[in-house]
Amino acid sequence: MVQLRLPENSRINRHGKVHKAPAGATNVCTFKVYRYDPDSGENPRVDTFEVDMDRCGPMVLDALIKIKNEIDPSLTFRRSCREGICGSCAMNIDGTNTLACTKSCGEVKGAVKIYPLPHMPVVKDLVPDLTQFYAQYASVKPWLQSRTPAPPDRERLQAPEEQEKIDRPSACILCACCSTSCPSYWWNGDRYLGPAALLAAYRWIIDSRDDATGERLDALEDPFRLYRCHTIMNCTEACPKDLNPAKAIAEIKKMMAEREHT
Amino acid sequence: MATSIAHRASGIVLSVGLLLLAWWLMAAAGDEAGYALAVAVIGSGFGKLLLAGWLIAFCYHLCNGLRHLNWDLGRGLEKAEARRSAAVVIAVSVVLALAFVYAAFFAGVPR
Repeated sequence: MVQLRLPENSRINRHGKVHKAPAGATNVCTFKVYRYDPDSGENPRVDTFEVDMDRCGPMVLDALIKIKNEIDPSLTFRRSCREGICGSCAMNIDGTNTLACTKSCGEVKGAVKIYPLPHMPVVKDLVPDLTQFYAQYASVKPWLQSRTPAPPDRERLQAPEEQEKIDRPSACILCACCSTSCPSYWWNGDRYLGPAALLAAYRWIIDSRDDATGERLDALEDPFRLYRCHTIMNCTEACPKDLNPAKAIAEIKKMMAEREHT
Repeated sequence: MATSIAHRASGIVLSVGLLLLAWWLMAAAGDEAGYALAVAVIGSGFGKLLLAGWLIAFCYHLCNGLRHLNWDLGRGLEKAEARRSAAVVIAVSVVLALAFVYAAFFAGVPR
């Protein structure tokens, strides 16, 4: 339920460390990074890192890697592909959920504030616990369910128009930027599936090769799983892949209404 | 996000305003002194301020409610469209609210 203040042991204290830029650096960018170490028993803090951008790549992830390599090796974050296709480095940068690898430091005015994805349990520093998020994804059965056997000599064919419908929804990289930007998901994340899982559900509902449309809709016929979406549109605003979970959810709601009333 | 939270806030303002309206109606059905008190409270400067706030909330909630109905039909959900409709809703509700406030407090009541 709604909790307006963080629990006592999760509030940010004022003991953040400051790491000054090396002498002689002319192009300095300041990074304010959320730090939390569960083993220390201390509250989270925000550390300040001044980075010489003349000796650093342009993206926020470049700066984080430079900080980890050269200033503070204990800084913890997820990253892998560094080109916006794996979804590992999703975090809250300058107040917006996005991928550190595709967000340019130059886009941010003033200090770059970096926090973990909002309203998720924090494992360490910028690493959120996504266990529930993945379980919700699994709960929509994100695989093809067909009752007809595939042709023995070729794939299950689709018309180009049918493929186009699932083109965009299939491009989701499960970075969790959308779900963790959604106030409904913040408050009812235990029962509301969230935009990412619902976009995945939509992707299989409209797949012309899938035969489980009815069961998939049945599984979402619930006051919380689907209908906690109140079209706040944060998901679509946040998506770093420019997908539209809000529209997918609206389409599912429409399908529910249509099958109920026609 | 901003339009969504404002939609909820204006909804709450409207429900509280409804209590005022109910009080006024009950006073109108009651005795003369009670009605005079209601009119005096609602007609006072502070009462008028509340009414103006209620009108603004009403106009915004109405316009944004129409935007939500359109969304429920699956229309206008692209990012650019939603941003545009947010601007339109704010502009229209400001104009509508100003018109109502003018009509209510400055134009005089037609007799």
